[in-house]
Amino acid sequence: MTLAIDVTGLNKSFGDKHVVQDVAIQVEEGRICGFLGPNGSGKTTTLRMLCGLLTPDSGRGTCLGFDIVTQADQIKRRTGYMTQRFSLYDDLSIAENLEFIARVYRLDRQRERVDAALEHLGLASRRRQLAGTLSGGWKQRLALASATLHDPKLLLLDEPTAGVDPKARRTFWDEIHELAARGLTVLVSTHYMDEAERCHEIAYISYGRLIARGTAESVVAGSHLVTFNGEGPDIGRLAHEIAGRPGVETVAPFGAALHVSGTDRKALEAAIAPFRREPFHWQAAQPTLEDVFIHLMGQAEDNWPGGSPP
Amino acid sequence: MNGFSLERVHAVLVKEFRQLVRDRLTFAIMLLIPIIQLTLFGYAINFQPRHLPTAVLAQENSRFARAIVAALKNSSYFDFTRQVRTPAELNALVRRGEVQFAVTIPGDFTRRVARGGDAQILVEVDASDPSATGPALAALEALPEQALAHDLDGGLAARGQGAPPFQVVVHNRFNPEEITAYNIVPGLLGVILSLTLVMMTALSVTRETERGTMETLLATPLEPIEVMVGKLAPYVLVGLVQTAVILVTARVLFGVPMMGGWIGLSLGTALFIVGSLALGFLISTAARSQLQAMQMSVFYMLPSILLSGFAFPFSGMPAWARAIGEAIPVTHFLRLVRGAMLKGQTLGDQWRELLALFAFVCVVTALAMARYRRTLD
Ligand SMILES: Nc1ncnc2c1ncn2[C@@H]1O[C@H](COP(=O)(O)OP(=O)(O)OP(=O)(O)O)[C@@H](O)[C@H]1O
Ligand SMILES: [Mg+2]
Repeated sequence: MTLAIDVTGLNKSFGDKHVVQDVAIQVEEGRICGFLGPNGSGKTTTLRMLCGLLTPDSGRGTCLGFDIVTQADQIKRRTGYMTQRFSLYDDLSIAENLEFIARVYRLDRQRERVDAALEHLGLASRRRQLAGTLSGGWKQRLALASATLHDPKLLLLDEPTAGVDPKARRTFWDEIHELAARGLTVLVSTHYMDEAERCHEIAYISYGRLIARGTAESVVAGSHLVTFNGEGPDIGRLAHEIAGRPGVETVAPFGAALHVSGTDRKALEAAIAPFRREPFHWQAAQPTLEDVFIHLMGQAEDNWPGGSPP
Repeated sequence: MNGFSLERVHAVLVKEFRQLVRDRLTFAIMLLIPIIQLTLFGYAINFQPRHLPTAVLAQENSRFARAIVAALKNSSYFDFTRQVRTPAELNALVRRGEVQFAVTIPGDFTRRVARGGDAQILVEVDASDPSATGPALAALEALPEQALAHDLDGGLAARGQGAPPFQVVVHNRFNPEEITAYNIVPGLLGVILSLTLVMMTALSVTRETERGTMETLLATPLEPIEVMVGKLAPYVLVGLVQTAVILVTARVLFGVPMMGGWIGLSLGTALFIVGSLALGFLISTAARSQLQAMQMSVFYMLPSILLSGFAFPFSGMPAWARAIGEAIPVTHFLRLVRGAMLKGQTLGDQWRELLALFAFVCVVTALAMARYRRTLD
């Protein structure tokens, strides 16, 4: 087993804001690691430190066997980084953008590679269209194509599917799995739970701290969360009443059902007892990743030094 | 370190060139600015101001004196708005700027013309705006030949032949160096080049930062010097085209002489273009937005215009202003261009300015490289 990413103790501050604190990430070669966390938790900052775009204040480790502090150049050459915000040239055509990347990486068979990428994207007929005029979803796909053009060994994807329709998202993920099957390591940040579930493992970061890591199942199991699933006509109306009761940490409607979670089974059962009557039906259920994350977020807030988070 | 790769430079160069050409408006402006500026300035130069306010102090009331005043009037450049009695009065008028010319016809003028050899009239010129007074001065040159032609009769007829019967002594006030039209047009070359080129590169890097494309650039193996060379190269071409446009316009429209010094001029132009572009690049490493880059470029233009010897004669400036002027590349470029076009200077006269421009390129490039951020920190 080789670790494609192996970093520990990463720290980064902007001014007096400590946005990444002692983050450690290990990802095995050929695995897809989902990187999750609420807005502003430090995902982008961490990804940037991994590919040498930001210098960590402290911390050490390797990407693809190269030191992240001293060998950023080596890492850059072998890494594809897809930025959160579209960062190709709006005023260059699709083909010109890819040509630029091909030249900058000094690839062989440039024309061939660009043509192949366009063919694969299904954009061959629109190669002369300006990248800025593409729709959001197409921009994301172009960005992925450009990030993988130089056959990187490591892919860092920052919310690659934000604003992409479900079908395109599925294609996107099929492709990521295909790449991983060929030995690429992927670290991908996302806010979508279904995507998190498609990852081999996940890392959850909150307020700059990594607070959960492992496979989706182990993260759920490790949370010691208990969830009850309630069903019945108009059960959504109960959400408010239940939410305030002791032992209830999260209440979330799931379609026609209601998910009520907490870590203390006894307190939770007591909390829903008054509502265990016709026409409602309650059952212990497996917490979803989302239940777990919302729970984790709440915990992180409690742990935030000096009261409420920024 | 990835070393230096011409291929990566080429990548940036092609990209920049495509973006430049695609940005039609900017591209058009880059080519139109020289023409518009030159025509505007050229207009001010070519525009022959006539009927300039003139005062005359005639210390003798003679036929010759009246003939001279009449001849000046006929040239249509001079309007005699004031008659004065004393030199002090005359002096005051010039000092206050109420007249631009002060003509003094001395009391013994007729006697001296008759005796021959040393007759003079004095014309004092407020030369602070030489483009306004230049044509009138040119007209003065013909005055001694013609003013008295009809009045030299009888025994004085012989005075009309051979040497002119009197001389016009021109005394420039307020602007001893007397910048002429020819001085301004070559100067414009430096000002226009720096105005457009500094701004172009200053914007081209900050634009990457503002649009977020810097992140892509930084994530690739591109080295700072490769980015710089690749970004500058297309604009070097633009600068050369601008130079050609300006020189041709200067020649065709204004008949500016081009005496020689072509080797030094070409070298100097190349150095000046690269230096201006490198300065723009340096600005862009400090500016946080395109607006800031623009403001800094404009800020740089002020001393370039005011302290370079373009707007005011260099020798007339106080020492501190000259010191600043020496640090500005436009100053050296202006000397080079004027020296070459007007005086036909050769490399032997030009090497100092060339060296200064070369030093500027080196220093600015080194600073830009030192300041260029390889990360987003
Ligand atoms: N260059 C910077 N200067 C100052 N603060 C910054 C900078 N970059 C990021 N931050 C701050 O660091 C924190 C983490 O930002 P980051 O972009 O890493 O979050 P994120 O997890 O990617 O969020 P999102 O899900 O919204 O993309 C935020 O509070 C942000 O404001
Ligand atoms: Mg982010």
